[in-house]
Amino acid sequence: MHRSRPVTWVGTWMAHWIACVATAFVGLVALQATARAESQKLIHSERSLYREVLVYETGNERCMCFTRRCRIGRQTCLDMRNPDRFIMNYPQMMMSALYLKPRPQSILIVGLGGGSMPRVLAKLLPEAAVDVVEIDPAVVSVAKKYFAFQPSAKVSVIESDGRVYVKKAIREQRHYDLVMLDAFDHEYIPEHLLTQEFLREVKALLSPDGVLAANTFSSSRLYDHESVTYASVFGEFYNLRRDNRVILATNGVLPAVSEAERNSVALQPLLEPFGVHGNRNMELFTTRRDWNDKARLLTDQYSPANLLNR
Amino acid sequence: MQVILSYVIAGWSGFFVMAVELLGGRLLAPSFGSGIYVWGAIITIFMLALSLGYLAGGRWSVDRPSVRRLGGILLLAAVTVLPILMFGDAMLDWVAETIADPRGASLLAAICLFFVPTFFSGMISPYAVRLLVNDRASSGKHAGQLYFVSTFGSAAGTLLTSFYLVLILEVNQILLALMGISLLLGVAACVVRGSANASE
Repeated sequence: MHRSRPVTWVGTWMAHWIACVATAFVGLVALQATARAESQKLIHSERSLYREVLVYETGNERCMCFTRRCRIGRQTCLDMRNPDRFIMNYPQMMMSALYLKPRPQSILIVGLGGGSMPRVLAKLLPEAAVDVVEIDPAVVSVAKKYFAFQPSAKVSVIESDGRVYVKKAIREQRHYDLVMLDAFDHEYIPEHLLTQEFLREVKALLSPDGVLAANTFSSSRLYDHESVTYASVFGEFYNLRRDNRVILATNGVLPAVSEAERNSVALQPLLEPFGVHGNRNMELFTTRRDWNDKARLLTDQYSPANLLNR
Repeated sequence: MQVILSYVIAGWSGFFVMAVELLGGRLLAPSFGSGIYVWGAIITIFMLALSLGYLAGGRWSVDRPSVRRLGGILLLAAVTVLPILMFGDAMLDWVAETIADPRGASLLAAICLFFVPTFFSGMISPYAVRLLVNDRASSGKHAGQLYFVSTFGSAAGTLLTSFYLVLILEVNQILLALMGISLLLGVAACVVRGSANASE
């Protein structure tokens, strides 16, 4: 056990004893978790209509969590020494969307989190208009106060349910070159954002050759259902799998891997400072259907995503 | 027979109401999301419709009560779910386009879709109490048993629908199945011999 403050011999003995018992009965994993939890400092918590939004700091890392001690997943993290660098893997994977559409003029992001993606995109593409839809006003205020997120003339935040906004935007005949879906967490999936009807609406919102990037799951029974549902709307798509899963689909013809590769090389100097790994991302590009094609489609009529995600 | 039917209908009605309420969340989600406003609106309208239904059911039980009429109420509650299946989507689109505020919109949507069937469902329990109570001394006992059956049915409807039925069937298929069972029970109550008060 690592402790920064000196302990008395009793304390040492106790710690040793506890460590032995813990190792014997609970195992090393639990012990490491305890050590991490001990160094975690809660610096802010805010209750909202939906949940408690918590901000923890561990060393130079600041994270937004929706559960105490970040028990179930971290929403987003910020490197306080270098706020523009993605620490977590999935947002830098999401940037692979730019390999399919290097210069999007209009971007819609569903799910703000700490706002790292809109922040980076605004720096990268100063001329692009970025709309972020976030359902929870508390997440917006925490992102502003603790995660250096600042709306601007080009970056606007809309407090709304993702699907409600998508429907409204269709009615107003808006179109986006790039749509990024990042509204899921490990605890709960908004089921109406994972149905064939919703994906059709998103597709209708994309401009010709527009790109959809979705951050989702890579495991559980839901994988098959999710894959079949995306395939039913977009046909072939790029399926990037690590701990998370990022789906890249287009409204038109899916660009070839060679084209994505060329774009990734050209963009790498611009993306490098943000911690985007072009080579590693390109290695993940595949259109292989590694799922059960017979899985049932998710629709507005049949959407037990949370029950399937176990 | 009439006593059993009164209990069964009350229990089933409890099941029916909660199953429809949970599915109501599913139906509203594509247009209004699944946030706290939407659930707040749904629960408000269900409670309001039930409360008015209790009042109406109690009043109506004064005039020549019978199991046949109780079955009739159950049939009405089932039949008025049909418009949800037939015009639900069009109605939701219309509300979403008319009202911008998510709270007002989900309230109006919940009223349009669920008020009428839930109102009729609310009539069931007080009406059934009238059929079961023989005298003042046992009235509390009968009412308690009826509340038990009805609320236990609600618990079962909530659990089965949210944990299992949505995993097997589509929303509309579940609604049709619920209607089917209500129709069977309602018809059974209508054809059961003797229309007199069960307690007489």
